[in-house]
Amino acid sequence: MTLLASSGIPRLPLGDAVSDAVDWMTTTFRDLFDHVKDALLWCYDLLEAVLTTPSFWWVALALTALAFFAKGWRLAVTALLGFVVIQAVDQWDNAMLSLALVLIASAIALAVAIPLGIWTAHDDRVSRVVRPVLDFMQTMPGFVYLIPTVLIFRAGVVPGLVATVIFALAPGVRFTELGIRQVDKEVVEAGHAFGASDGRILRQIQLPLAMPTIMAGVNQVIMLSLSMVVISGLVGAPGLGQEVVGSVQRVNVALGFEAGISVVILAIFLDRVTSALGDRSSIARASKASA
Amino acid sequence: MTAVRVDSVYKVFGRRPEEAVRALRDGAGRDDVTKHGTAAVIDASFEVAPGEIFVVMGLSGSGKSTLIRMLNGLWKPTSGTVEVGGADLATLSAKELRTVRQTSVSMVFQHFALLPHRTVLDNAAYPLEIQGVGRAERTEKAMTSLELVGLGGWEHHLPSQLSGGMRQRVGLARALAADTDVLLMDEAFSALDPLIRREMQEQLVELQHKLGKTIIFITHDLNEAMFLGDRIAVMRDGRIVQIGTSEEILSDPANDYVAQFVADVDRTRVLTASTLLRRPAAVTPLTGGPRQALHAMSEAQVSSAYVVDRARTFRGVVHDHEVVTAQRAGAQGIEELVHPLETVSPDTPLSEMFGPAAGSTLPVPVTDDDGRLLGVVPRVALLEAMVPASADDDATTDEGTPS
Repeated sequence: MTLLASSGIPRLPLGDAVSDAVDWMTTTFRDLFDHVKDALLWCYDLLEAVLTTPSFWWVALALTALAFFAKGWRLAVTALLGFVVIQAVDQWDNAMLSLALVLIASAIALAVAIPLGIWTAHDDRVSRVVRPVLDFMQTMPGFVYLIPTVLIFRAGVVPGLVATVIFALAPGVRFTELGIRQVDKEVVEAGHAFGASDGRILRQIQLPLAMPTIMAGVNQVIMLSLSMVVISGLVGAPGLGQEVVGSVQRVNVALGFEAGISVVILAIFLDRVTSALGDRSSIARASKASA
Repeated sequence: MTAVRVDSVYKVFGRRPEEAVRALRDGAGRDDVTKHGTAAVIDASFEVAPGEIFVVMGLSGSGKSTLIRMLNGLWKPTSGTVEVGGADLATLSAKELRTVRQTSVSMVFQHFALLPHRTVLDNAAYPLEIQGVGRAERTEKAMTSLELVGLGGWEHHLPSQLSGGMRQRVGLARALAADTDVLLMDEAFSALDPLIRREMQEQLVELQHKLGKTIIFITHDLNEAMFLGDRIAVMRDGRIVQIGTSEEILSDPANDYVAQFVADVDRTRVLTASTLLRRPAAVTPLTGGPRQALHAMSEAQVSSAYVVDRARTFRGVVHDHEVVTAQRAGAQGIEELVHPLETVSPDTPLSEMFGPAAGSTLPVPVTDDDGRLLGVVPRVALLEAMVPASADDDATTDEGTPS
């Protein structure tokens, strides 16, 4: 206190205020949070069952097929080799748990981010309000989100998921807004000039033309989700994250590397598949046709 | 009956548009109201008749793009009324306005504004899709309008696979497929190469003759305005400074600005024989004798006379020395002495009159569709017309050829 007093600026109890707010929320919205928790757990259990119940080959081949349809045989072969490596270091089940978390968190993040991005693209005032919030969400160290979410949801899958959604949301909003704002004004004007409704213009002009940018946002959301899902291992979220955290605590280089390389393979797979899906949007194909 | 009526329309962008309009009404200039906002269009009034090509011409920043966007309600006027097909756009709900756009006014854009991810056919059919027309019918209609603009066979291509001129044809086909009475064209040919532009202008005039659309065409290119426009509105700094036919604007510019603007125009393509029409000095009937012909020539102190028959149909010219010789030889008629002479119609542009004018020293005879002699255009008038008219009369005398 004496040290702070020497600067003449009184100690601002910012942290206490946030802490109190979290406490207040925890007690006030207990029922709501319980429902959220149940719903998220239900999704996770379902996806976990889908990804881990069949044997390694079934799931690996299904994901390989996805890579093939998204991009082609080259990516499919690379993906399959990667999956074999994960299985060979005995991290396949953990990888599938992490994948389940990534898919759920990304789906929720996008379900919020894309409509929000559309809104901010259409309304400058909303955009001005949302932008600093996104800046905050994206730059606040991811670990910090884990603290209140653990308080609210207790350790396990759910705080990891919630923290991941918050952490991964921002690029989805930003890219959607950017994509829609970049759509040729004249084409949008043409839609209005021929008497199209706002909904039709959004559906038939803005979203299709913004799709490559939105897909880049989707890619970013998924990649950020993966990195946060791993960090969520700190609060007991299952999967590769827990292995990584465990290896750090036990200073186990071998385990750390094996879990780490599995994260890398999963990341490459998700990145390549989602960016390939972006290239398959109608507008991306149209611009390719002219080249 | 008017297709489009614009009555004292103002459009001000900015914080206090109403105050700006009030100040402008009280005689303030565009620069005086900048503290209230930007006055894009100031007190514009005009009417466009059905089937007319009305050109709004002005440089960038003159307000012409804002003006055209008020004709389909993309912008709302700050003050004044815009009526399209009798409907006051300001009184319409958003839904009714969309219906007007679907059924009454369509638009062609400077940079084509096609949907890049849709085929040429789907682009042309887009207005019909918005109208809720079924697939089979809209495909058929879109094909018809694509063929109308000469794009049959390209329907399955994507816009990016087409040249600029072809893309704008798709834009035109799309507007035609909507089958609206009024067509707004915003600098529609400005992004095209000069040769393609000329071709498109000719095609537009041809289509307009065929379909009888009311076209409001925005351009900054005076030659384009003169070529296309039945009437032209010249805009400057948000105001319409003159409305008139191309000939009126060329020969009687409202002020120095318009005069300067038209100074560069290729006058020979715009002015026609009718503007330079003079009364022929000596006309003699075909049925009259040599004596009558000579009398006419000596009265007018000229050495040749134009010969017409009873219906005033132009037959040619006779020259004094030949008539004198024939009269001395005792001839009763002049029919054998008539020399044919090339004629032009009153609509012939000056650029096409130099040939006939060069072929003879005589003034070029101008005849109507039935061949009747309307008047003549002397060569000196042709040359005089090449000198730009000026609002300043002294300049005309200085530069004008002495007569």
